[in-house]
Amino acid sequence: MSEMPAAGRPLRRRVITEEVHEGPARATAYVCEAASCLSAQSHDVTVRLGERAAEAGLTDVAVKRVGCIGLCAAGPLVEIAETGQLFERVRPDDVEPVVGALKRVKPGDARRPQGPFFEKQVRVATENFGRVDPESLDDYLAAGGYEALRRVLSEMTSTEVRDGITGSGLRGRGGAGYPTGLKWTTVAKAQGAQKYVICNADEGDPGAFMDRSVLESDPYRILEGMAIAAFAVHATEGYIYCRAEYPLAVARLRTAIRLAQRAGYLGAGIMDTSFTFDVQIRLGAGAFVCGEETALIASVEGRRGTPRPRPPYPAVQGLWDCPTLINNVETFASVPAIVRRGPGWYAAIGAGKSRGTKVFALAGRVVNTGLVEVPMGMALREIIFDIGGGIIDGRPFKAVQTGGPSGGCIPAEHLDKPVTYESLIELGSFMGSGGMIVMDDTSCMVDVAKYFQDFCRDESCGKCTPCRVGTTQLWMLLDLITRGEATLADLAQLERLAGIVQRMSLCGLGQGAPNPIFSTLRYFRDEYLAHIVEKRCPAGVCAISQPAEVMA
Amino acid sequence: MTTVYTLTIDGRDVAGSEGQTVMEVAEENGIAIPGLCHLEGVHDRGACRLCMVEIAGSPKLAAACMTTIAEGMEVTAHSEQLLEYRRAVTEMMFMERNHVCAVCVANNHCELQDTAAALGLTHFDLPRISPKVDIDASHRLFAIDHNRCILCLRCVRVCDEIEGAHTWDIMHRGLETRVQTDMGIPWGESTTCTSCGKCVQVCPTGALFEKGRPVAGGSKTKRPFLPWLKVVQEERGL
Ligand SMILES: Cc1cc2nc3c(=O)[nH]c(=O)nc-3n(C[C@H](O)[C@H](O)[C@H](O)COP(=O)(O)O)c2cc1C
Ligand code: SF4
Ligand code: SF4
Ligand code: FES
Repeated sequence: MSEMPAAGRPLRRRVITEEVHEGPARATAYVCEAASCLSAQSHDVTVRLGERAAEAGLTDVAVKRVGCIGLCAAGPLVEIAETGQLFERVRPDDVEPVVGALKRVKPGDARRPQGPFFEKQVRVATENFGRVDPESLDDYLAAGGYEALRRVLSEMTSTEVRDGITGSGLRGRGGAGYPTGLKWTTVAKAQGAQKYVICNADEGDPGAFMDRSVLESDPYRILEGMAIAAFAVHATEGYIYCRAEYPLAVARLRTAIRLAQRAGYLGAGIMDTSFTFDVQIRLGAGAFVCGEETALIASVEGRRGTPRPRPPYPAVQGLWDCPTLINNVETFASVPAIVRRGPGWYAAIGAGKSRGTKVFALAGRVVNTGLVEVPMGMALREIIFDIGGGIIDGRPFKAVQTGGPSGGCIPAEHLDKPVTYESLIELGSFMGSGGMIVMDDTSCMVDVAKYFQDFCRDESCGKCTPCRVGTTQLWMLLDLITRGEATLADLAQLERLAGIVQRMSLCGLGQGAPNPIFSTLRYFRDEYLAHIVEKRCPAGVCAISQPAEVMA
Repeated sequence: MTTVYTLTIDGRDVAGSEGQTVMEVAEENGIAIPGLCHLEGVHDRGACRLCMVEIAGSPKLAAACMTTIAEGMEVTAHSEQLLEYRRAVTEMMFMERNHVCAVCVANNHCELQDTAAALGLTHFDLPRISPKVDIDASHRLFAIDHNRCILCLRCVRVCDEIEGAHTWDIMHRGLETRVQTDMGIPWGESTTCTSCGKCVQVCPTGALFEKGRPVAGGSKTKRPFLPWLKVVQEERGL
């Protein structure tokens, strides 16, 4: 991966904050050192900025490495903490504008408005993004870190913690939106002396990087969220299952675990109480299906990572047959804030049965690609046009794909629908983990469906027949359509087979695989028909060779 | 004392003891539910998906071989829709690799064939995948023709759970999935295989066969030793 070499270095280097100033700084430059900016040499920017500031005789400024600032496509990003001034695409050999800005900061300077990309967001899971040094425990503590765990351990019973999470209305951010409080209660009540907490950090949806950003930008938060959960469900051991393709996230987690253990936030007798909880990391080897909870458990146990039918659910019979709580990274990341600020505060954000905020990875043909966190219930239009800045080159919006390979494509006529678990399902899509791929008129919807089908057939674990064979057959039928060689009978076959794969497959991968087909058929059937009947791809994407004139 | 539950399967009142699966209770009561990965005596894995049934109150279908019975459960094991689904899944098994029955040792003694016949699968409409796959005839007595393997993993389980050799396992994923011997070496070079032949006996198709058998010369559907698997297991207290 391109970020590998860049990711390797900064971990060994100290933050250079202290080298530049003594005492509180008059001005601070935040340099994003999450994977995306790092791969664009943002660490060199940090070093160079420090050097240049020193050379310029600025003794009262600081340069600080922080986590994801959000506008990933415009990286490397540098923000002046006091004024909010944002520098995009900063090159290590051209940091003078930032140095100049640092010079000009005066005490009492007000933060300037940063535009809708930042101002329309509500940051909960990502509240420390772009503010704390991801590897510094002190920084995390200074930002209110571990206040929640302290309160839990000193003032609350496990029942109160669970009730609080239930009252907040938090639902699983890994895809299906299962009520988190209910899951915690099931695990707490399940029979068994040994219980486990697992953080699902296998994030495999194409284009999704919400969880990676959280792990890279605020790793202590996951450890705190997991510790609170462990207390609530009476677990003493935890695992973080992180995909090996995220080396920076893994490295930062390792650092965070080591420092948290040393400072008594993990291990035996946490915060001088009798509560014991420790965390280990397990690396996923790149199979999408290992994000499915039963496959993930098999993989942690050292077996082949394939799903098994549920019930029994992991909450009752999970890791080594013990009751196991599995939650997503973002779910755990929301927990400390909920405890610290109160369930009522969290429940007041959102719409309907979808409370709180959701992090999305905006990608595709949108101006501001990057990471955003918005209140549940925000309209798609607001996310794509106000926060996302609309479509590149002002082209017409065609559809937004949400929910990854189990999701669907939502057309322009539904842009004003709110983003909630329920409304997305009603629209034939899915919340999923939070990928949002924006498409304009240059996308062919049959081709999009084929892309996701190709993904699913490639990632099928091969255990059950309908998914192993059916996803490939669906792909073959879609391929036939995009080549202009399909008949209307093939289209009927596609729809029939999609229904069978959905109903007969063992796990969510196969059951969800037909969704992109269903949703594109629902909104863009005319495009399918154009390929089949007129032998024409309306978006001009598919290479359909025109049949030669048949001579009689 | 085991608890006895009463339930209905296709509207018939039946009874079974706690811990039994829908598949077992159906079988005891003469209700045939198709299934090719299920094999009495080894663990079920719910993978072929032929035994999917409807359970009242649940929107999802459930694998009969993996679903334990409960008091008052209402199971629909046969319906027009289930028949269509099962036909399609059986068709997928035929379309996945190369099943040329006429030249197969298992012709007329094949559980895949029998399943297709019982379901009334008369023709194929789904796309044929048929990749080129291997045959391993390196073993002294047996051979495997991957063209006919439906990945039921009966061989893997019987070898591990009954024979205790664990010669068989699986490798790769999706359509590339293959059963393999000893970490992917030729069967004939396996140091763990005891040549007991149990895998050959339980294979539902002509994938695993004894060398030297003429076409259609198999005798797999009558496996006198199969009932023993169960007995052996029970005696071992498994
Ligand atoms: C094929 C498949 C892949 C999945 N991948 C992930 C994943 O990468 N991360 C994740 O958190 N959940 C994933 N899930 C969902 C998990 O099975 C599980 O529901 C989730 O981790 C529960 O956490 P939550 O309640 O906090 O959402 C996946 C599910 C399926 C079926
Ligand atoms: S649905 Fe696909 S991924 Fe899930 S168990 Fe079946 S083959 Fe494996
Ligand atoms: S070789 Fe036979 S028993 Fe083994 S998985 Fe294939 S079909 Fe099943
Ligand atoms: S017999 Fe139940 S899934 Fe194969």
